[in-house]
Amino acid sequence: MYSKILILRFPNTEVQKPLVCYLAKDYGLTFNILKASVLPRREGVMVLELTGTKKNFNLGVSYLKEQGVNVQNASQEVNRDNDRCMHCGACTAVCPTGALSIERPDMAVNFDQKKCSVCAMCVPACPTRSMGILPTTETFF
Amino acid sequence: MSKKKHKINKTYKQINDKIKSGDVVVVTAEEIIDIVRENGPEEAAKHVDIVTTGTFAPMCSSGAVINFGHTQPAIKASKVWLNNVSAYAGMAAVDCYIGATEPCEDDPLNKVWPGEFKYGGGHVIEDLLAGEKVHIKASAYGTSCYPNKYVEDEIELSKLPQATLCNPRNGYQNYNCAVNMTKKTIYTYMGILKPNAVNANYCSAGQLSPLFNDPYYKTIGLGTRIFLGGGQGHVTWHGTQHKPGVARTEKGIPLSPSGTLWVMGDMKQMKPEWLRGISLLGYGCSLAVGLGIPIPILNEEMAMYTAVSDEDLFTQIIDYGVDYPNGKSKSLGQVSYADLKSGTIKLNDREIQTVPLSSYVKAKEIAEILKGWIKKGNFLLGEPQFTLPSE
Ligand code: SF4
Ligand code: SF4
Repeated sequence: MYSKILILRFPNTEVQKPLVCYLAKDYGLTFNILKASVLPRREGVMVLELTGTKKNFNLGVSYLKEQGVNVQNASQEVNRDNDRCMHCGACTAVCPTGALSIERPDMAVNFDQKKCSVCAMCVPACPTRSMGILPTTETFF
Repeated sequence: MSKKKHKINKTYKQINDKIKSGDVVVVTAEEIIDIVRENGPEEAAKHVDIVTTGTFAPMCSSGAVINFGHTQPAIKASKVWLNNVSAYAGMAAVDCYIGATEPCEDDPLNKVWPGEFKYGGGHVIEDLLAGEKVHIKASAYGTSCYPNKYVEDEIELSKLPQATLCNPRNGYQNYNCAVNMTKKTIYTYMGILKPNAVNANYCSAGQLSPLFNDPYYKTIGLGTRIFLGGGQGHVTWHGTQHKPGVARTEKGIPLSPSGTLWVMGDMKQMKPEWLRGISLLGYGCSLAVGLGIPIPILNEEMAMYTAVSDEDLFTQIIDYGVDYPNGKSKSLGQVSYADLKSGTIKLNDREIQTVPLSSYVKAKEIAEILKGWIKKGNFLLGEPQFTLPSE
């Protein structure tokens, strides 16, 4: 499972086409639209989180580019919902950087954002879905 | 059990009287360890009346019986969905059972592998507890007495005639430690297991876990009052797959999965932070259940049992790559919970990372909450009508 937040800029000719729907239909990707708007000169901008297998993700992005869509990675960060986190430790199985670690002997699970590489492995691995990936800037529009 | 067997003898009634008068002495299953170590079981039993335990972990055999109230015109629902999660309706007219692992109808399941299982029965239970409105849809074939064939409505917990948590298997006494000996990552109910046994996942609160503190179920049975999902519930039966006859240590601790609990309680008393809908990547939906049992220290034997620590508790390392899926449970090695909690264990002379799925932090919080309830006189011991089968 692979997930990234992307900023898509559609040239005004493409705005009408349901390109994003083809991502789901043809590439089995799921998407979560975080923001979308059509700018005055009719250029469309959309921020969405795209999730799927890494292979399909890359194929989907290539498809968008072929259609003339400008695709950019949104700068993003991973946050933990501390009210939801139950301090189980399941996420420590996948975190490659040690940003998520267990404090012993108390067994509390700590999240050190400075060590986080935003790989997003923990996002679907967390049973309570307490780890979330969000764009850090609000200046897309 | 004959009275003469023990030097210290207390009854449930005596302890309950002490709870009512405010003189009761309660400690957690962590605190009793040193008390017994320093003073011996007899002194400990003289002084301590109750030891509280706790566990908070995914427990798949969980769910709730919901009576959603009669409609006008009346319906005998044969299919029911709550927030588009199917609930079993092969019961009386407006009763249904929402099971924790039932996924939402339009969930892609494992078609996009590994599936995310974002919403299921466990989440419905959590949403109800959070006071949220849940969409109900019920269909029926129609009868003379129940002519209605279709109902859609919103329900909320406070307005439901009845909602009873009914979990046929909770609080497993011990559980496997899972590794993956294959060359590919696998996604299991024991979490994500990386190839070549890079990580070993385990799921028990160890020394705080209820059934580790009363290994022969001498005080636990039908009527034992417990902390369940943030409210007070009861043990009603031995759980499914209850298997007391497995190999045990000298102290009576089972070396593999053993006893289980069937528990019930009124959902209207419960809280969403202690019943959490969860999503196990590539496996399915479930419910994390908060459970705590007070162990009455009726005698020095019970003091001794509750004094077990992680060094006394062992489990088996099982391969979930090939063995487990094929119905085999060959042990690749035995490890203690002290080892598991240290962060690494040895398997075939190699150090591997251990990963807990059960929250020790929350287990401890539950034992503390239960202790607080008892001390304040808000929780009396329930004397079991009979105890769980021990052989
Ligand atoms: S897996 Fe999720 S709930 Fe468990 S410790 Fe990590 S962030 Fe918290
Ligand atoms: S995003 Fe990656 S590095 Fe950051 S906490 Fe999650 S798993 Fe660790």
